[in-house]
Amino acid sequence: MQRIIKNGQIIDETWQLLPKDASLDDIRNSGDIIVPLALWVEHDRALLARDGGLGVWLDAGEEIEEIADQLQHFQVIALNFPAFTDGRHYSTAYLLRTRYGYGGEVRAIGDVLRDQLFALRRVGFDAFALRADKDPQDALQSFADFAEVYQASADQPLPLFRRRA
Amino acid sequence: MYVYDEYDQRIVEDRVKQFRDQTRRYLNGELSGDEFRPLRLQNGLYIQRYAPMLRIAVPYGLLASRQVRKLAQIARDYDKGYAHISTRQNVQFNWPDLEDVPEILAELASVQLHSIQTSGNCVRNTTTDQFAGVARDELIDPRPWCEIIRQWSTFHPEFCQLPRKFKIAVNGAGNDRAAIEVHDIGLEAVHNAAGELGFRVLVGGGLGRTPMVGSFINEFLPWQHLLSYLDAILRVYNRYGRRDNKFKARIKILVKALGAEAFAEKVNAEFAHLKDGPTTLTEAEVERVARHFVDPAYLALVDLDDELSRLDNEHPGFARWRSRNTTPHKKAGYVAVTLSLKPTGTAPGDVSDKQLDAIADLADRYSFGEVRNSHFQNIILADVEQRRLFELWGELRELGFATPNVGLLTDIICCPGGDFCSLANAKSIPVAEAIQRRFDDLDYLFDLGEIDLNISGCMNACGHHHVGHIGILGVDKKGQEFYQVSLGGHSGRDARLAQILGPSFAQDDMADVIEKIIAVYVEQRHADELFIDTYQRIGIDPFKERVYAANH
Repeated sequence: MQRIIKNGQIIDETWQLLPKDASLDDIRNSGDIIVPLALWVEHDRALLARDGGLGVWLDAGEEIEEIADQLQHFQVIALNFPAFTDGRHYSTAYLLRTRYGYGGEVRAIGDVLRDQLFALRRVGFDAFALRADKDPQDALQSFADFAEVYQASADQPLPLFRRRA
Repeated sequence: MYVYDEYDQRIVEDRVKQFRDQTRRYLNGELSGDEFRPLRLQNGLYIQRYAPMLRIAVPYGLLASRQVRKLAQIARDYDKGYAHISTRQNVQFNWPDLEDVPEILAELASVQLHSIQTSGNCVRNTTTDQFAGVARDELIDPRPWCEIIRQWSTFHPEFCQLPRKFKIAVNGAGNDRAAIEVHDIGLEAVHNAAGELGFRVLVGGGLGRTPMVGSFINEFLPWQHLLSYLDAILRVYNRYGRRDNKFKARIKILVKALGAEAFAEKVNAEFAHLKDGPTTLTEAEVERVARHFVDPAYLALVDLDDELSRLDNEHPGFARWRSRNTTPHKKAGYVAVTLSLKPTGTAPGDVSDKQLDAIADLADRYSFGEVRNSHFQNIILADVEQRRLFELWGELRELGFATPNVGLLTDIICCPGGDFCSLANAKSIPVAEAIQRRFDDLDYLFDLGEIDLNISGCMNACGHHHVGHIGILGVDKKGQEFYQVSLGGHSGRDARLAQILGPSFAQDDMADVIEKIIAVYVEQRHADELFIDTYQRIGIDPFKERVYAANH
């Protein structure tokens, strides 16, 4: 079973991540699933009628504005990194937390690596499904990379210049 | 200059620890080359042709003498005894060992230096006028604003994986010596009718493969909103900048694709959410930072025009040097002195460890312990007493810094080129040297007046060839090194990009080509008309005809 980092702890993965081309036929009534955005857009009613938990995932080019008024339906919003150098979803997570007030899980999926976790957590991610070949235990250390930061972000409402002693 | 408090120091020290661990994991195989590359680049570390190249950040070009001494020591202990001043006012070492880099960073941190974000797809070192704080035409001192931007951009969590590199420049003076119009964001200090300070904001300038002069999208941004507005621009870019093709990933391509007005609308829509939020700057913060940039303890002196003129008459060499390598100072009795790093036979911008130590001593003895690097790759002592100018000139001559060519044809901006850089198509240093040797007659050089000659070894344009009055670009033709010449660029106010003259030339022909171009100028110029003005009056055709005449 895959293990993920959630709120700084390593936990067993209980959600099923459905691939981009998944159809409604692939889905059981129970169990927690994270569906691709297109499936949600097409079958929102059917998905809401299920008994299991519901999450949605967005690929790097997909925009959060598309579901900004439907966020209450999702326990998890997963944001995909096709490459760890693709930084678009840093903005998505920040907007989810600060502009749209989303309080559920924001999960990083795809090419998620240890050396990006500190910044990812700052912009609002609280869950990380590391790339399968990487050890989540090692990665936990990265949350302590920096003791202090200059900017306000999702994790810190005030920039350093409003906090300096 | 800005002095770190415990927060700033902690952040830089944490970075050293982080990079030490990343390097360890790379060397023991936990991190692949592809995984390590963006990490090392955001720490200024390139794997180059012969060895790694480490680029040290010099925020807005300002260095204290103890920092210069530390750079000298690093050049000695970890390099082959020299350093290179880059066109972003930074310092580069060309020969460190990868294994030594964490230790070099620890040494740098001990004097409040680092290499954070000197490369990679992130916000780079913010640059400004090398005469900031002493220029006579200054509206405001841009350095506090550069420092505020430096802190905002340092490990900005949302903008650490941008589509491409991102460069910001700030100008606070009447003349634009910071080339803001060819930056991703250019900021120009302005006052509104009520006398309040704000910034004119330009986006989408840049050199590189697709050179463009940027567009002003905001004529007056009140200073309080500077960082929130930068957040807005960067967010639009981070989300919508192209990531499918690295050659089309700079913000200029996005601004051009959308049009400057539509881009501005997107920024304004984003800014509407951020305005008056916690990132709004406070007077207390601006004052806190500005306190580090108050005037040094200037003496009450008077300008010594008569005495200096007398010295000019007695010493023609001094007169020549003074006319080129000094700049008037806002304070009576003082002058800013540019040390030329462009003597013939030395790679432009290169300086040895011994010279760096000597520069640190000069800074302590003549200029309140500080120097500035310019994007023209020279070093400036900004606060020299006029009554000690003659004495300083003597010392500079001994040290090889008194070549009286600042702003002249041989004050060449030049990237390291194919001798060092693995990106380069062609060598640039030997071309610079050939031109310097051809134009070694000082009287003739002086007569030619100000000419910016910029050389880049490839279209990444580190040598800013697009904005040279004369630009030279190294190109690869079937494995052979050739050079394309362009004319008429300039980087100041109303910046303009140079126009390509025609087919490229072999390296051995370059000095001849430049000589022909100069000959056309000399024949055509009116009285003391500058090269760039003659070019604008007569256009490119007379130059083209002369240079290519032999080929017909």
